[in-house]
Amino acid sequence: MKVLLSWLREFAPITGTTPEIAIQLTDLGMELESIHQIGTSLGGIVVAQVLEIRPHPDADKICLVDVDLGDGEALQICCGATNMAVGDRVPLATIGTEMPSGMLIAPRKMRGQASNGMLCSGREMEIGDDHEGILILPPDLALGLPITEALDLREDVVFEFDALPNRPDTLSVMGVARDLAARQGVPFSLTEFSPPTAGESAAGESATGLSSVQILAPELCGRFVTRVISGVQLGQSPRWMAQRLIAAGMRPINNVVDVSNYVMLELGQPNHTYDLSKLPSGELRVRWATEGEQILTLDGVTRSLTAADGVIADGSDAAVGIAGVMGGASTEISETTTDVLLELAWWDPEAVAATSTRLNLHSEASLRFKRGVDPELAPLAGRRFAELLSAISPAQLHPDQNDVAGNLPQAARIRVRLNKVNGLLGTALSREQVQGLLDPIGFVTEPVQDSGDGEELLVQVPTWRPDSSIEVDVIEEVARHYGMARIPKTIPTSPHAGELTQRQLDRRCLRRALVGAGLTEAMPVPFLAPGDLERAGLAADGLLLANPLVAEESVLRTSLLPGLLKAVAYNASHRQNSVELYELGRVFRVGERVIADPGESAKLDRVLAGETEHVAVVLAAKEGGAAVELLQVLLASVNRWGLEPAPLAVELVAGELAGLHPGRAATVLLAGQEIGVVGEVHPDVLQAYGIEQRLAWLQLNLDVLLQIPSVVPQATLVSRFPSSDMDLAFVVDEQVTAESVRATILRSTPTAGSSGWVAARVELFDVFRSEQLGAGLKSLAFRLRFQALDRTLTDEEVTVVRLQVIDQIEQHHGGRLRD
Amino acid sequence: MTVDPQQIAVEGAAAFVAAESLAEIHELELQYLGQQSLLSGMKASFRDLEPQERKALGSQMNAARQQLELAAQDSRSKLESAARAAQLATERVDLTETLAKATVGHSHVITQTWERLEDVFCSMGFTVADGPEVETDWFNFEALNLPPAHPARSLWDTLYLDSSQLEGLGEEQLLLRTHTSPVQIRSMLRAVRDGSGPPIYVVCPGRVYRRDTADATHLPVFHQIEGLVIDRGITMGDLAGTIESFVKAYFGDEMTSRLRPSYFPFTEPSAEFDISAADGSWLEVGGCGMVHPNVLRAGGLDPQEWSGFAFGFGIDRLAKIRYGVEDLREFVTNDVRFLSQF
Repeated sequence: MKVLLSWLREFAPITGTTPEIAIQLTDLGMELESIHQIGTSLGGIVVAQVLEIRPHPDADKICLVDVDLGDGEALQICCGATNMAVGDRVPLATIGTEMPSGMLIAPRKMRGQASNGMLCSGREMEIGDDHEGILILPPDLALGLPITEALDLREDVVFEFDALPNRPDTLSVMGVARDLAARQGVPFSLTEFSPPTAGESAAGESATGLSSVQILAPELCGRFVTRVISGVQLGQSPRWMAQRLIAAGMRPINNVVDVSNYVMLELGQPNHTYDLSKLPSGELRVRWATEGEQILTLDGVTRSLTAADGVIADGSDAAVGIAGVMGGASTEISETTTDVLLELAWWDPEAVAATSTRLNLHSEASLRFKRGVDPELAPLAGRRFAELLSAISPAQLHPDQNDVAGNLPQAARIRVRLNKVNGLLGTALSREQVQGLLDPIGFVTEPVQDSGDGEELLVQVPTWRPDSSIEVDVIEEVARHYGMARIPKTIPTSPHAGELTQRQLDRRCLRRALVGAGLTEAMPVPFLAPGDLERAGLAADGLLLANPLVAEESVLRTSLLPGLLKAVAYNASHRQNSVELYELGRVFRVGERVIADPGESAKLDRVLAGETEHVAVVLAAKEGGAAVELLQVLLASVNRWGLEPAPLAVELVAGELAGLHPGRAATVLLAGQEIGVVGEVHPDVLQAYGIEQRLAWLQLNLDVLLQIPSVVPQATLVSRFPSSDMDLAFVVDEQVTAESVRATILRSTPTAGSSGWVAARVELFDVFRSEQLGAGLKSLAFRLRFQALDRTLTDEEVTVVRLQVIDQIEQHHGGRLRD
Repeated sequence: MTVDPQQIAVEGAAAFVAAESLAEIHELELQYLGQQSLLSGMKASFRDLEPQERKALGSQMNAARQQLELAAQDSRSKLESAARAAQLATERVDLTETLAKATVGHSHVITQTWERLEDVFCSMGFTVADGPEVETDWFNFEALNLPPAHPARSLWDTLYLDSSQLEGLGEEQLLLRTHTSPVQIRSMLRAVRDGSGPPIYVVCPGRVYRRDTADATHLPVFHQIEGLVIDRGITMGDLAGTIESFVKAYFGDEMTSRLRPSYFPFTEPSAEFDISAADGSWLEVGGCGMVHPNVLRAGGLDPQEWSGFAFGFGIDRLAKIRYGVEDLREFVTNDVRFLSQF
């Protein structure tokens, strides 16, 4: 919304500097987007007369114009426009002028020809919208006269702000002036507009049969007022009106349309004009459209309506307008119009919102109707319309009028407790202070009998504030006009210790561990393109969006793999190879959810759309082993499951897994529960994503992992006796995993307790394959370290254990000790 | 007996000084101090001596032995430190050769911002709550005083899920949450159910979605943090004070904040909060307000008994301001040249 300072001052004696006013508007909830000074930069522009026009010798699109500034000298100007003729008076920006755009006019040469200034269009001076050519001035102006004097241009300020959705009153100059006047403590006044009337006096106005209105859909139309303005002559609006419209962001069209827009901007009442002669017997009816009903609207488009759209129809029941959105072409004002039927209505905001959204037709009128127009405004706006039009053309207000009611919402009367006001705001306002803040903005207050809960006010909400319906709404008005910045700042005390939950702490530990391991966190968007999952070797079962903006973002990820592969590929394409990334984020799955109980508290704990949180890692492959090393780092970082020394809680079950190398992949089990996958990305997948290097992959489901209860680690004694080391190498089948052999060794060695043994440490230190060993076999060499709490172990004791281990490996894995 | 221990000592000490290797020292030690040495041999002549003489010779021998041992030790440590110095000289390396090879990981700048915000609010007595990214219409809109036909729903361009894929949905519509505000409702309902509150002091950071084209200042997927305080007698002054103390903790003590009126369906009064910029202008950070009675009711609380405030703002926007990021799209491009700057 753009408002002019001069326009505001027609309603209230607004004072203060521009920056002061700007701060006040923002503080009232009209956050300024821009402040624009107009009329201040036109100082160097004067009236000049065209003496001669001739073509530029070396440029097709430029002509040379000689102008006279009143001293009889011919001054040559290069000009791109050709709409002027010899003898025309035109505005000339002389050398040294700074145009409103900031451009400085200086002597220059254009293709070798001197130009000593610039002829201006209305747009260049920001006083008109016409940029088709040079502004042609009235012929009687004195040459050399400053343009500001010649056109009576006044300096003004345009304040532009974003009107809040709950403040339809700020979509009018009057509404802004009322709010600002209240803040400044200056009187706001509304003139009784008094247009000249034709026929009977205003007091005797009555329907004379020129027009009639019928509301067939009272839930759609709360009020429908018509006035007839007779003796209309279509023409141009005067410059002052055109300028205001332009400054407010509208284009001047003709006097009738301009007055219509002017009234809407000024008072906030959208209105529509019909050529009365084009309405059979002046009859209008308001009804819902029929399904598929067609109407040609003013913008020249034929639109198809539904039964949820409101229309205004003529006596023959043909639609002549879409309610609250746009008028029809059939009754449009034209050169031949003499009698104008003016419509001033109140439309149901939801109906207008629905129609303008469905038709994607957003007009200044629909914007105001859908936010709520003041239902009391119509008669006033009708008089203002007639007054303005008669002031600029020979029109007169005809006594004919209709004022038909439908269903109108009642403005609320609200009990407001002073305790509640101060209790919610943290202020100590007296009843009189609250009244002093509310009354000037039309919230009429009246003290009521104390009901035992302190002082109370009965507040009549003004009709222009349909958003205000309950006590807190009124309290907001108090806060607004008291000044939110003036409310004393206090700090409430939380009775809780602020802390993170175990899961939130675990998440941080995981991140620290990954960053510590040299990985960088990526954050791909969770949207995938159709085909992304398949290219990653995964099932194409991602949830689909019903209304994606683009197809490339229409599938929700079921895995972190595609997003991270894209990130790796992106970096590789920018010559950033060997990137090591991790991500912690959510994935979504079809079919894993059902809403069992519609009760709100039951909704709390259910999983929607199979949403789970995962952590994934992608890095340069070492036969998939790179990711396994990180798995250890990760699990150790959350420090909960006593990973060492034994028994091992983690198990890797080799298998063919979607998207992964069939021979280098495993499911990760922790304490018997599946928590994720680890391995190397399938070469086909790498190829599909255009990645040349081999990648290791790890993805863990945090919803499972972090739900495993945490254990506070309990200290164990550290032995002070010497330890014995022993190396054992076993030849086993390729299928036997190193980890299973290690687990067996751990199980076959004595641990603390009756044996007194502690710290049985088992490390794989060498893996060896050779022809001598034989195909399909490998040698796994382990170093075992034994120690007892209470003594130095004897060779005999260690030998017993050694034999026991060898025996167990043979039994469980068919392994033999390598010679 | 003509051998003089003192003479042996002088002679031997000179030999030790002249020694050029540890092996030579070892040889000399055998020669002068070993069992076959002259000094050791002198012991044999003791029995021929008078006690008086024996005592004198004994002390001479001890003195000579001490002198020789000292000379050997001296010579050895000289040779050893020369050898260590020579070794060190050959071991000289340029430590900076490996400097560039070190890989340092990086948390995403959004995560860093997120965690810092959590820390600031935890220090102010808030706990951190979480909620799903796929939400029901009820939690995302209706419970927040946005019934189905509410015109303000158009403020959020919402991405809906194609519900034909989900069984058991009934009438319910699933969407990608457009803000973290549904977690307010979840926090209230949970507190009421578990009996853990009010008082409720909670912040809810999380990922949110809009049907929006990515550009320098918009992302379809971004992050917000939402704060909610519910207790008896909570005022708008408490809101202003909490925002102020957050702004000082996060941006620095010299910063200040202000509230100015705004509109959100879920708060009344509603405000935006700005922070003071260095040039005296104000920078818009987020929205806030006193929790609307209808929202309290949806959270299972009686608005006559409880009041509260809520605030929320974009984590990405904060990161953009703090780290001088010009284009929000940098956050999701995952270019390591960007990610590794933080």
